[in-house]
Amino acid sequence: MRIQQIFLAAVAVLAAATMSAGAPSGGTVTGKVTYTGTPAKAKAIDMSKEPSCAAQHSTPQMTETAVTGPGNTLENVVIYISEGAPAESSAPSSPATFDQKGCHYAPHVLAFQVNQELKVTNSDQTSHNIHPLAKVNREWNKSQPPGTPPLSEKYDKPEFISVKCNIHPWMHGYFAVLTTSHYAVSDANGEFKLPNLPPGKYTLTAWQESYGTQTQEVTISGGETKTVNFAFTAKPY
Amino acid sequence: MCIRKLTKLFLGFVACVALPYASWAQQGESHVGKYTGRADAGKQLYYRYCWGCHGFRGDGNGENWLPTGSYPSQPYLNIQPRNFATATFKCRSTPTGTLPTDEDLYNTLVRGVNNSNMPSWITLTSQNRADLVAFIKTFSQRWKTEKAGEPINVPAEPALTIDSIKHGKELFTKLECWKCHGPEGRGDGPSASTLTDSNDQPIRPYNFSQGSRFKCGTTNHDVYKIFMTGVDGTPMPSFADVVKPEEAWDLVHYLRTLQVTHKSPELTLWMSTKEGAEYVASQRVRETPTGSGVQ
Repeated sequence: MRIQQIFLAAVAVLAAATMSAGAPSGGTVTGKVTYTGTPAKAKAIDMSKEPSCAAQHSTPQMTETAVTGPGNTLENVVIYISEGAPAESSAPSSPATFDQKGCHYAPHVLAFQVNQELKVTNSDQTSHNIHPLAKVNREWNKSQPPGTPPLSEKYDKPEFISVKCNIHPWMHGYFAVLTTSHYAVSDANGEFKLPNLPPGKYTLTAWQESYGTQTQEVTISGGETKTVNFAFTAKPY
Repeated sequence: MCIRKLTKLFLGFVACVALPYASWAQQGESHVGKYTGRADAGKQLYYRYCWGCHGFRGDGNGENWLPTGSYPSQPYLNIQPRNFATATFKCRSTPTGTLPTDEDLYNTLVRGVNNSNMPSWITLTSQNRADLVAFIKTFSQRWKTEKAGEPINVPAEPALTIDSIKHGKELFTKLECWKCHGPEGRGDGPSASTLTDSNDQPIRPYNFSQGSRFKCGTTNHDVYKIFMTGVDGTPMPSFADVVKPEEAWDLVHYLRTLQVTHKSPELTLWMSTKEGAEYVASQRVRETPTGSGVQ
């Protein structure tokens, strides 16, 4: 009996060791998202109609249709594997959270998986209505007054969904509902990283809310790191 | 023994052949009370009465919305007809984001949609309307992959009291209904002028003071359903997650008092209080028409 227990414990330790060691052995795709041309100028948002929100911003909140960074980089671009991705067994158990703070969506673009829990919170002292304008999935619209518990929702089909609050028309955001767990959203420097890719041939798609999508092929063999950069043509309107 | 075996075989045959047929047949059907609507019969009616506005493909782009030969298009209608291809419907008994029941669609045909170009179709027979419901459901795949939502539970209406109206008034403020509908329910809240529907068409919040019929029915029960299910495709959200059922009735009672030109038990009771009488009186003055004869 005792020997069996020790044996089981040893197996468990070994399994854990190989699992943790197995993860970094996959390939990685890193890259940068940039633009050419002239993107639309971000405009200052007038929140004077909602003083409790206006008070939360020392400098005015800016519009986010194209958020640019140093060196013509683009933030808030969703990069994901659109073809060749390994099949997903189930959606992650941790929820994707979307907060309303200062009459602003955080994050502006939220990427998550099909059937993953979406948690929407309201950190403001005012009511919001969360209205994701889904076309493929169901379109719902829910009120969330201050102090109410988070809303929990799920989407069962992949889709890029525009989200708005009808009460505060300047509030805009996006849900990127994806079938794959291999996705990233470009950061303030336009950089992204897709780790843990098993060997294979993939199609990478980059999506920007104003400039549409771009695709590139990449082949991963083993534990290498490949660089894939995307460049969007910016439009000034 | 042998007969039993044969019966089993027969039942198996029935299950294999008849059941899929039955579920196939159901997709072209609607069920409203004792009426069973059939899509093929509804099709004839649709292409006689409905397609001028709702379009050949049911996408709301009928001749009356997109007249041929005019560019840019000058619609004859001020509100775009419903697009059946998206299967998003305003008047439902079911939660936000779900498909309406056959009865919900049927009731809209009976009622028409106030403040729009959708008339009441009481001139058709009940069977006709059930047939149309069945056909309307063929425009979206959603009816094949999803079931209609479960109608929300509406508890019995409690007795009307002044406390109920007052609590409803508090809720109207707390839930910020006034942001769109205005502090006096006149449809002039701070966000009212910026509202658009899900097709980016401008849309106005309901003005209670005019006392016109609600879009989705005239009874207190209907008012309850409007804010608990939301008006899908419009800025009006569902409050089902944030309002308790008993509180919802208080809100219904208060909303009635905002319809100052519409006689109701709620308005009568509200006006019997000093606060209510003064308030309603101040509202009515503003309803005085201007023009000849006004001094």
